[in-house]
Formats: sequence, C-alpha cells, structure tokens
Amino acid sequence: MSFLRFINRNRLTVTFVLLGLLIFLFVIIPLAKMIFASASDAGTLWETILDPVVTGAIGLTLYAALISTVVGFVLGIPLAYLLARHNFPGKRLVEGLIDVPIVVPHTAAGIALLFVFGRRFFLGQAFEAVGITFIDSLAGIVVAMIFVSIPFLIDSAKEGFKKVDVRLEKVARTLGASPWQTFFRISFPLAWRSILAGNIMMWARGISEFGAVIILAYHPMIAPVLVYERFETYGLDYARPIAVLLILVSVIVFIVLRTLAYRGDKS
Amino acid sequence: MIELNDLSVDLGEFVLKNITLSINEGEYFIILGPTGAGKTVLLESIAGLYPIKSGKIWLRGKEVTKVEPEKRKISIVYQDHVLFPHLSVKKNIVFGLKMNKATTDEQENRVEWVAELLGISNLLHRRPDTLSGGEKQKVALGRAIVTQPELLLVDEPLSALDPETRENVQQELRQLHRELGITILHVTHDFEEAIALGSRIAVIGEGRLMQVGTPEEIFRHPNSEFVARFAMTRNIFPGKAEKKSNGDTVFKVDSAEFIIATEANGAHHASIRPEEILISTEPIRSSARNCFPGTITHILDKGSTLYVTVSMPPELSCMVTRHSFEELGLHEGQRVYVTFKASSIHLFD
Repeated sequence: MSFLRFINRNRLTVTFVLLGLLIFLFVIIPLAKMIFASASDAGTLWETILDPVVTGAIGLTLYAALISTVVGFVLGIPLAYLLARHNFPGKRLVEGLIDVPIVVPHTAAGIALLFVFGRRFFLGQAFEAVGITFIDSLAGIVVAMIFVSIPFLIDSAKEGFKKVDVRLEKVARTLGASPWQTFFRISFPLAWRSILAGNIMMWARGISEFGAVIILAYHPMIAPVLVYERFETYGLDYARPIAVLLILVSVIVFIVLRTLAYRGDKS
Repeated sequence: MIELNDLSVDLGEFVLKNITLSINEGEYFIILGPTGAGKTVLLESIAGLYPIKSGKIWLRGKEVTKVEPEKRKISIVYQDHVLFPHLSVKKNIVFGLKMNKATTDEQENRVEWVAELLGISNLLHRRPDTLSGGEKQKVALGRAIVTQPELLLVDEPLSALDPETRENVQQELRQLHRELGITILHVTHDFEEAIALGSRIAVIGEGRLMQVGTPEEIFRHPNSEFVARFAMTRNIFPGKAEKKSNGDTVFKVDSAEFIIATEANGAHHASIRPEEILISTEPIRSSARNCFPGTITHILDKGSTLYVTVSMPPELSCMVTRHSFEELGLHEGQRVYVTFKASSIHLFD
C-alpha cells in the first residue's frame, strides 16, 4: 500500500528513472555482452593481444589521435581565446562553421578533405613538394582526426576562457604584465580545466574516428579500420576480439584521464 | 600629477564626454557619481584598459594616452577585489614585482613590507577564496601598492563590505594615503565616503563632469541641480565634538550645539539625514533632544516630497512630505522649529 502511495507521489521521478534505465541499458548491454562473450573465450582474446597487427593498429590509433590533439591544441586554443574575448563582425558565423564537422557525415568530411589535401589541389601539391602526402599515410589520418574532433576542443576551451573574469586580465596588465604574460599566467591557467577536458574529448573523438580516416588513409590501418576489414573479410568472430580490445583500451584511457582531470579539480 | 584633457569615452549605450580634470601629486581625489555614471570606465580609461574616443591623458608631465597599461605605473583596485583565484595571497601580491623583474630579495622584502603595513602577514599562505571580504580588499590593496605605482585607482572599494569592515578598510585607505603619500583616485557613489576621504571631489553625472571642488565647496555651494541633489541628501557639517560639564556630549557647529548620543573621539564631521528632521511651527516636547528655532531660507519642490532649508544657523536641509508641507503652510522666511534625535546624528572623521 505504502509502496503504491510512494509511486503515486513521485510519478515524475519514477517515470524518469524507468526511461533513464532503458537508455542506460541500451548503452551498457552491447558493450558488456561483447566483453563477457570474449572473456569466456579468453584464449582468442589473448591471441589478439599478442597479434602485432592488432597492437600496431591500436598503437597507431592512440598515437595519431595524440598528434592531432597536440596540433589542435596549438592552433585551436588561440581561436578559442579570440572567440571568448573579442566581438567582431561574423563571429557567430565563425562559431557556427567551427561546429560544422560535428554534423557533417564523416565519410563526406573525408571526401572534402581528399579534395583539398589530395594531389589535385594546390595545398596537397604544396605539401607533396616538401615530401608530405596525405593519401594512405599517418599525415592523412591526423588530418582526418583533427577535422572531425577540433570542435570539441575549441568549444570547451572557449567556455573556459569566457568564465575567466576579464578584470583579472586587466589587473594583471596594470601590474606590469604584457598581453603574453597575462595570457600564460592568468587566462590560460584559469581556463586549464576546460582546456584539459576539451583535449580529452578531442583525443577520444580522434580515437573513435572511422569514416573520414578510411577515405584518406585505408593504410596504415588504424584500429577502427582493422575491425571493419576483419569483419568484411572474415566475419563477426574475427572482428569481435579486436573490437573488445579497442573498447577496453578506450574506456581505460578515458577513465584514467578523467580521473586525473578530476583530481586536479579538487586541489 | 595626472591630467585628463577633454577625455571622451564611448560605451555604446552611453558616453562620457569632455572630461577635463587635474589631480595633484599626493592628493586623495574622489570621483563621485551615481551608479551607472561610467565611473569604472573612467578609471579603466586612465589605466589604459579601455580605449578612449578622444582626448589626452598626462601623467607626471608625460603623455600616456596611447601607452600600454603595463607601462603606465597605475594600479587599480576593484570593488569586488578581483584577486587571482589560482594564486596564494603571497603570489597575488608578488605578481606585479615578478612582472617588473624584481630580484628575489627585493620581492621578499617588499611583500613583507606591504603585509606588515596592511596587517595581513598571517594571510600570506592562504588562498583568496578562504578570505573574508575585508581581508580580500586588503590583499587587493597590497597587490596594487607593492609595485609602488605613481597613481592608485580604487573603484568603490567599500561598497561590497559590511559596515564594520567598511570602517576598517576606510581607515586603512586613509592611513595608506597618509603614510605613503601616494596619489589616490577613488570613485564612489557614497557622499559620506567622499567627504570622509577626499581632499577634493569631482562629481560626474549624465556623462559629464558636473563640479570639482573641496568637500566643503561641493556641499556648501553645489553649482547645479544635479550636484545639489547629491549633496541635499545629507546635511554635513564640519565641527568638533565636546564633552559638557553636565555629562552631555555635544557637537559644535558654528554657534550651535547638537546633543549627540555617542562618544565622538576625533570626529570632525556630523551628518543628519533630511528625512530624520521634523519641522513644526511650535516647539515640540518629545524625547528627541535636539530642538532649535530657525528660518526657512529655501524650498526645493521634488513633487511628493520637498526639501526645506532652515537656517539656525547652520543651514539644515529637511525633507517633508507634500501633505505636511501644505498642512503647516510652510513658506520662505517663516520662523519654524526643527527637531531631531541625538541618535540621528552621524559622526565621522
């Protein structure tokens, strides 16, 4: 009786909990099912871990995503700061365009990148002249990853800079700090939390990229492409162990980074 | 020392026009104006933090209109402290010294000196978010003066503080000024604060400079309706407190003696709010201990309320409602009585 009354009094909460549970299970069950199915077949998983093709692909994925995050950091933070601090005509347009990669289908993004970084456009030709090609190369993977993941970094860093009181920068200037010193000693450290979160998001998004990468660089093979190739060539059973490994690595890395970022928050 | 020459600042919504002002070396200069008069922007313009539309700024005989803020040697203290939240108190204070490439020894010495001066030595290792409002304001002051700026700008430094802390920080400001001889430019909307601290006052309103003068001149001879309105909200009298043989403490203004409720050590000004003064045509017998005869010299009609100036002397500004104004039939030249409580008299330095 009292249980029914509890439900009756908390109808909104109960409904939302049920709906929330549904979507939570939807996310968790496929991941859990796959991991447990693999665990029962530990031999295959172990073999996969020892397979140099697989470890090479996963290593390449993490590495390429790291490079793209570093490039994104160097080029993205200044833009994020400009967008947070200055008003200029067309600012809304710039902000909108920066987010476009989030909504563009990633294979389409790959095609667009191919046009610019391929051999038919001057940019691709210019890079080729100095020995950098984007077709089937690490550079191609990095370019694809940057394109699809940079919005996460810029948006997060921009919000971080916006939260820094402009007057902190003003006080720093009156105390003798140049604009550069003010940025590196005041604005940047105070926005660091958001910048770090943006970097983690960018890196994670890079690791998970498939569509844009496969158009530019089927080889060298990053892990998502390898999963796809094994699935296409040999079927589900051969693709699954790699997929499991990839998920485990991603989740562990993600948790570790988030924990580190969170711990910094408390101090 | 610092001269503003026909300075104009465009704020989009409103404009600060043709401000010409000259502040002397070592002066405690107050800019007084209502909230939203652009006082903060004026300070930021002087510090080089806000682009000015036209005009020139001179600092110690050098034009600094286009000089970067970090090269002006002008420090600023904001109303809500604006301490660097990621740095300890000590690192906040030392920031300016580091930027000016002081040696480590020099940094230590100067921080120690400032901490001692402001009584914040025990706070040096705390983080800003653990400090009280008054402590934060002292740290902000310390951070601003440690670089020995040529001019210190303070933006409503007392407004965010509770009354007791306000008194304390006000004391601190006065002492800093006296001991260091530093030139201070202080903006406020509080008339009493202006009188208490300022050697001279500039009143701004409606985007313009309305009047510049000593506190005395501003409240004795306001040059416009606007300034008068600011001054009219307070009766402020220079004078002296005295202990009488009958046990009363009185405050002597001209030939008049107001009975006051508090011990008045060292106070040199008294103020009475116009709304706390009662006007009557006959002497009133009540618990209020101050009752004086006087003559109405001026009537300012503000609609539902009126400001009636009664000369005892001194001249007292009294607020009356239209209802009682008409009922009493008040007019200029009339003999009336003013009555107010001893506790209505506010004393300050």
